[in-house]
Amino acid sequence: MALTIKEVEHVAMLARLSLSQQEKETFAVQLGTILEYASTINQLNTDGVEPLDHILPVFNVFREDQVEPSAPREEILSNGPLIEDGQYRVPKIL
Amino acid sequence: MELYELTLHELLTLHNNKQASSEEIVNSIFKRIHQVEGDVKAFISLDEDTARQKARAADSEKWPGKIAGMPFGLKDIFCTRGLKTTCASRMLENFVPTYDSTAGARLNAAGGVLIGKLNMDEFAMGSSTEQSAFFATHNPWDLTRVPGGSSGGSAAAVSADEVPFALGTDTGGSIRQPAAFCGVVGLRPTYGRVSRWGVIAYASSLDQVGVFSKDVEDCALVMNLIAGRDPRDATSLEVEVPDYTAYLDAGIKGMKIACPREYFGQGVDAGIQEAVKKALQKYEEAGAIVEEVSLPHSQYALPAYYLVATAEASANLARFDGVRYGLRDGQADNVIDMFSNSRSRGFGSEVKRRIMLGTYALSSGYYDAYYLKALKVRRLIYEDFQKVFNEFDLIVAPTTPTTAFKIGEQIGDPLTLYMNDILTVPVNMAGLPGISIPCGLLNGLPVGMQLIGKPFDEGTLIKAAYAYEEISGIRCLKPQQGVI
Amino acid sequence: MGKDYEVVIGLEVHAELKTDSKIFCGCSTAFGAEPNTQVCPVCSGFPGMLPVLNQKVVELAIITGLALNSKIPDYCKFDRKNYFYPDLPKAYQISQFDLPICMGGYLDIEIDGDKKRIGITRAHMEEDAGKLVHQGNITSTTFSLVDLNRSGVPLLEIVSEPDMRSASEARAYLEKLRAILLFAGVSDCKMQEGSLRCDANVSVRPVGETRLGARAEIKNLNSFRSLERAIEFEARRQIEAIEDGEAIIQETRTWDEDKQATRSMRSKEEAHDYRYFPEPDLPPLRISHEWVERLRTVMPELPDQAQIRLQESFGLPSYDAAILTLTPESLAFFDKCVELYPQPKMVSNWMMGELSRLLNQNNLEISDCRFGPAELARLLTLIDEGTISGKMAKGIFEDMFASGKPPDQIIAEKGMTQISDQDTLIKVIDEVIAANPTVVEDYRNGKEKALGFLVGQIMKATKGQANPGVVNTLLKERL
Ligand SMILES: [Mg+2]
Ligand SMILES: [Zn+2]
Repeated sequence: MALTIKEVEHVAMLARLSLSQQEKETFAVQLGTILEYASTINQLNTDGVEPLDHILPVFNVFREDQVEPSAPREEILSNGPLIEDGQYRVPKIL
Repeated sequence: MELYELTLHELLTLHNNKQASSEEIVNSIFKRIHQVEGDVKAFISLDEDTARQKARAADSEKWPGKIAGMPFGLKDIFCTRGLKTTCASRMLENFVPTYDSTAGARLNAAGGVLIGKLNMDEFAMGSSTEQSAFFATHNPWDLTRVPGGSSGGSAAAVSADEVPFALGTDTGGSIRQPAAFCGVVGLRPTYGRVSRWGVIAYASSLDQVGVFSKDVEDCALVMNLIAGRDPRDATSLEVEVPDYTAYLDAGIKGMKIACPREYFGQGVDAGIQEAVKKALQKYEEAGAIVEEVSLPHSQYALPAYYLVATAEASANLARFDGVRYGLRDGQADNVIDMFSNSRSRGFGSEVKRRIMLGTYALSSGYYDAYYLKALKVRRLIYEDFQKVFNEFDLIVAPTTPTTAFKIGEQIGDPLTLYMNDILTVPVNMAGLPGISIPCGLLNGLPVGMQLIGKPFDEGTLIKAAYAYEEISGIRCLKPQQGVI
Repeated sequence: MGKDYEVVIGLEVHAELKTDSKIFCGCSTAFGAEPNTQVCPVCSGFPGMLPVLNQKVVELAIITGLALNSKIPDYCKFDRKNYFYPDLPKAYQISQFDLPICMGGYLDIEIDGDKKRIGITRAHMEEDAGKLVHQGNITSTTFSLVDLNRSGVPLLEIVSEPDMRSASEARAYLEKLRAILLFAGVSDCKMQEGSLRCDANVSVRPVGETRLGARAEIKNLNSFRSLERAIEFEARRQIEAIEDGEAIIQETRTWDEDKQATRSMRSKEEAHDYRYFPEPDLPPLRISHEWVERLRTVMPELPDQAQIRLQESFGLPSYDAAILTLTPESLAFFDKCVELYPQPKMVSNWMMGELSRLLNQNNLEISDCRFGPAELARLLTLIDEGTISGKMAKGIFEDMFASGKPPDQIIAEKGMTQISDQDTLIKVIDEVIAANPTVVEDYRNGKEKALGFLVGQIMKATKGQANPGVVNTLLKERL
């Protein structure tokens, strides 16, 4: 079943995507179809099954608390679309 | 015989015997690339000048290592210091990393010569390499067909003799499926076997770096170089790395091979089923024990995969916000519009679709029914495999339900496209190693056979795959003369 | 506060854990560097970068849990908390959701002599975000600048139960929590540098009501004072709203220091949906009993233990003990001083009186004090030895505070030594006796009080430098 345009808009807002009307309509149908297919997993009884949140049998992987040299500032900022005073410039927040 | 037609181990032998210099090898590679690249379109970028320099350095022993002067390619998802890394996305069209991936760095350290960066589905989301933001790659066996995906450029380049080997990544089949479509060897190692450092993440719990090669021996050689713990990837495991070339022998007598009936069912081309069954017969004739088994939750692997993978992707791709790198909408006058417009322009439709899907699956009110449920199903799939591996050394199945399909055939129908991964995703969900090797041809197109192993037991996969090359004589399949 | 309402307060405190390097990369955590000089591709959220957990962060978190009487579970994991903000480079914060490192716990506060136990819900590890600098006024600015030096600095978020009922209880809780974190050595707790930050959840309800009212989460409380003021303001605002028949909306508000008021932070954006899920890049933690016990054995003395020690070993009143154990520095100052000058109550009086008055006046911490416990001990010894009077000592103390000079030097420089020389004093005493015959007569007739007057006259004549003990003895002899 297709999603409503409102649902699509809500998800797009959460994902920070601005979609055209055309995209919203297409996604409403396509996501509906995919979710319907995905819902087949709900046919399975998973009572008492622990979710598998980590696939590896490994725990406690650490690094030591040791300072390592940071990146040169020019280098780390070199991909920045808009730099000012050694910082990333972004438009106003509100 | 041209140098570009050879395998890595053949080139190494020639090079060690001073019968071919690195410069000659690399020159031959570029000659081939210039010959066929217009048709195949495997590369997003070439690093020709540096590659030729490194080849000369290797010849003068200034670029030493186990594969000194040997050419290779990297999927454009591997970050390369000072070299554009795009992930086949407009978002990263001008992104130049200041760091190398660990896997790439290990090949560099071994003397490998990077030829260029290979095409892929944008952010590794796709099964045909048609989702590249730049252009589609063509299957060297039939230029009207897709090479598979997402590592389609890597598979096509190896198949078309543009590089002897290449690295790719496999999140839901992105190495094995294109390897099958292009008739090459493709190994996805165990999750945690090869470092993911410097590899742009699609789905962190499923992504794994792996190898495309012309034959199994090359696969073993490359695994020797890239496998092993990396302190910068907390999920790369401290498990001893064997010498994989030590597994290259045909002795599979007594090996217990499981054949899961769910992988030979509806939706899987009868010709493919037949080809794999024939291969199993050959194994039996060589002394292996083959038995049918059941992996009862197989049909739920794909729907669960698309929930888990897209959920993780929705977070992994959130960082592309136009602040620190990547495409940015410079016109927006507030930050929310800047984020949304940059992302909408930078991402292609499949990427947006998966981000939307994953965001939905995690969002309030849907988490339990989708994401959490999928994690529970993931455990059931994992346990299915565990049970089989209590009794068997190996699982053998087809890699793909069909051979390579036509370019454009499945575009616009996402769910049909997702079905391509139906036989490969269970391996990713269970974190297992899997290899696809060519096992024959169907209507002139390669058929892939998938071998699935126990965690960290890539050795057994290599052994069984090598044995099949020996028994069947199918090794280094070349696209029919005249196609390219 | 209206009699009919009760304020319900819970605090969420973010304490920066005291490590040299960040939680997931090797960048330095030092405060005050130039923007974006303590960053790398990991803490800047570059593609392909992976976090690796700093072991010290986990250990400091466990120590904190032990100090707060929390349960340390044997399994815990990290989760991703998803939201977009320009100072959050990955657009998710690596935090802990359903399985935090510390579960439950409590601390005790004392208000007007009454003890009260405040529950702790949980504490979890997470990474800090970067810093946004708005150009000019936040409402009129057209752009902001992002500095990621703080991004990836390790934090422990400590969430209390809604157990506090007044602004002063909230303050006492925060002071006690700060003391515990300082004593445990897990955080610097510098509010002005942002290494201790506090949000307050405030709601009101009619007395007798057991359900919680809709709450406001107040941000930007960067001093104890603003915490108290903001709670008082917010409680008043909510009560007035209810009395005016308005409903309280659950919302985030910020404390405006200039206006001394809280104001709504609601933007046009919809409510948050953080979409937490397990962090796949970090294997989970298994915390063994042995590990926890090993950390317990290296746990330093905590404020409550120190307070008991001061009361039991030194006989200090609980009020003194509570104040002296607000920071490890003040306790160490006290302990060292008492070691050299074994009169605890006297030391306490001076620390809580003169020293704390001067520190407060000058807005300083005891660690900024220019002299040490040895100098205070010396000063007190000089009084006992009769070299100076108590009154002179106060003047010398102010000098010590201002100049950092040791007391002996000040006394020498100012020629302030007390007069204990008998011949000199006898001369003055005789003069005073001669000048006050009626008072002398009164004393001889049994009026004890007359003696005090005579002593006063002698002190006056010597400008306060006469040794009162010696004067007393000599005077009695001469009379
Ligand atoms: Mg927090
Ligand atoms: Zn860093």
